[in-house]
Amino acid sequence: MSTDPVVLPAGHAAGGGRRGRGPGREENRRFGAVIAYATVLIAAVVFAAPLVYAVFSAFKPSREVMQTPPSLFGSEFRWENFTEVFTYAPFTTYITNSFFVSIAGVLVVLVVSATAGYAFGRLRWPGRDIVFVLFLGTLMVPQEVLVIPMFVLMQWFGWVDTYQALVFPWAFTAFGTFLMRQFFRGIPYELEEAARVDGAGPLRTFLQVILPLAGPALAVLAVFTFLNYWNSYLWPLIAVNDYAVRGTLPIGLASFSTQNGTRWDLQMAASIISMIPTVILVIALQKHLVRGIATSGLGGR
Amino acid sequence: MARRSGIRRTDALIRTERWQALGFITPAVAGLSLFTVVPVALAIIMSLFDWPIFGERTFVGFDNYAELLTSSPDFWPALRNSVVFTVLYVPINLVVALGLALLLGPRIRGRAVFRVLFFIPVVTPIVANVLVWKLILQPDGLLNGLSRTMFGFELPNFLVDANWAMISIVVMSVWAGMGYNMLVLTAALEQLPASVVEAARIDGARGWRILVHITIPLISPAIFFATVMTIISSLQVFAQPQLLTGGGPGTSTMPIVMFIYNTGFKFQDLGLAAAAAWILFALIIGVTALQFRAQKRWVHYEH
Repeated sequence: MSTDPVVLPAGHAAGGGRRGRGPGREENRRFGAVIAYATVLIAAVVFAAPLVYAVFSAFKPSREVMQTPPSLFGSEFRWENFTEVFTYAPFTTYITNSFFVSIAGVLVVLVVSATAGYAFGRLRWPGRDIVFVLFLGTLMVPQEVLVIPMFVLMQWFGWVDTYQALVFPWAFTAFGTFLMRQFFRGIPYELEEAARVDGAGPLRTFLQVILPLAGPALAVLAVFTFLNYWNSYLWPLIAVNDYAVRGTLPIGLASFSTQNGTRWDLQMAASIISMIPTVILVIALQKHLVRGIATSGLGGR
Repeated sequence: MARRSGIRRTDALIRTERWQALGFITPAVAGLSLFTVVPVALAIIMSLFDWPIFGERTFVGFDNYAELLTSSPDFWPALRNSVVFTVLYVPINLVVALGLALLLGPRIRGRAVFRVLFFIPVVTPIVANVLVWKLILQPDGLLNGLSRTMFGFELPNFLVDANWAMISIVVMSVWAGMGYNMLVLTAALEQLPASVVEAARIDGARGWRILVHITIPLISPAIFFATVMTIISSLQVFAQPQLLTGGGPGTSTMPIVMFIYNTGFKFQDLGLAAAAAWILFALIIGVTALQFRAQKRWVHYEH
C-alpha cells in the first residue's frame, strides 16, 4: 500500500507530552461541546421528522392525512388503521411471505456459508485458493446484470411465482462464505487438533468444535441476510406475477397506492408495520452496530 | 498463517480431509454456479439475441448494443440521469455522514441513541421510506401544507416539477442512505490513535486544521471505501425514482436500472435489457477502477 506519511503540522515529531491547559481553552472546549450537541439535536429532529410524521399519520382518520393546515395529531387516534390494513389488502399474506422467505433465506445462507467457509478456512485441499478467488470474483457482478438471465432461468425451472424463486437465487453469496472463512481462520488450531487427536473427523470437528464457537459471526450473517431478504424489492417485482399470493412486504407496499386510489392512512400504517422488525433488530444490536459495520459490512445495500 | 502443531498427519487423514472438503464446498459451488456463473454466461448470450419473454429468439450479434448507443431514445437520458443522481448524491451523502460521525464523538452523551436513529432508514424497507417521503412531498403533504399555513406560499410540486423531481429523489436518498456511511466513518474515527490528535492539539493546531490535516488523512481509507461503495450503489438506484416520481416528468428522473427493468419486463425485450445491464456493469467497473487509480493521491495508509 501507499507509503505516504500522514500529513502532520510541523513540530509534531518532537511529540510533546501532555501539558496543562489554560482555563481559556477549557472554556472554549465546553463551548464547542455545546455547539456540537445543539447541532446534533437539530439534525436529529430534522432527520426524525419524516418518521414521526409518518407514525402519527398512520393513526389519523383517512381524510385528515392530507389537509391544510397539517397537524401532527388527528381528531382521533385510530388504532383501527392498523387492523384495517389487513382487510384492505392481502397484508397478512405479504407479512407471512416476507417472514417465510427471509427466514428460509437466512437458513440456507447460514448452512451454505458455514460449510463453505469451513472448507476454505480450515481444510486443506488442492485448488482451494484458486476456487476462493473465483468465489470472490462473483461478488463483482451486480444484481442488475443477474436479474434478467435469472428470470429466464426461473422460467425454465417453472419457478416463476414460487417461494423457491424468492429464496434460492440470492442465497449462495460469496459474501457469507468470505465472512465465515475470515472468522474460522481466527480460531486457534490447537482446539481442532485436540478433537482430531481424540479421533474426530472434519465433520464432527466442524459440528462440535468449530460451529459452537461461530455464534457471533453466524448472528451477524443472519441479521445481514434477514435484512436483505426483508427489504428486497427489485427481484420480487420480477420473480412474482401474482402479488396477492406470493407478494412480499415491499411489493405489497408498492402496489398499495395503485389499488382504489391512495389510502394514505393505511399506507402509512402498513409502512410502519414493515419497519417494526428491522427497527427492533437494530435496537437490539445497537451495542454491536459500529463494530459490526466496521468488520462485516452489515447493513450494506 | 497459523501453524498446525507438531502432530504428524497421516496420508489417510489428508485423503479423508480432501473428501470431506469436497462435501463441505459442494453446496456453495453448485449454488454459485447455477445462480451466478450460469446467469452471467446466459446474460452474455442474451445480449446478443432478440430475446422476448415469450416467443421466438433470434441471434442479432451486437445489434442490441448498437441500438442502445445510437437509436434507443431513452438509453442515454437514463444513463445521464444515473450519473446526475450519483454526482449529486455521493458528495452530499458523504459530507452529511462525515459531519454527523464527527459530531457524534465521545463528547456527545447518548450518542448511541442518535446513531441508531440515523441508521434506522438504512435497514427499513426502502419502499416504506419512499412512501413516507411521498406523503411529505405531495402537493397536499406536510411541506407544502406548512408553507401555505405559515407563509401563505405555494411550494413547487416537488415530485412532478422537472427542476425539483431529481432533487427530491436525491434528498430522500441521502436521508435514507447516509446512516450507513456515518457508521463506517464512526468506526474509523473510533480507531484513530488519540495520541496523534492530542499531540497536534498541544502543538497548537485547532479544530479546522486538525480536521483537514490530521483526522481526514487518518480516516481516508474509510472515506475511500465509503466513496467507492456509495458510487456503486448510487449507479444502481431504482426504487426511489420508481416509486417517488415514476421516472418522470417525462424520463427526466428515469435511471438506467429503471430503463433496464422497463425494457426487459414492460416491453419484454430481455436481450436489449441484458445489453443495457452489461453497459451499466462496464460503467461501474470503469468508475471503480478510476477511483482505485486515483487513490494514491489522497488515501493514506498507515504502512
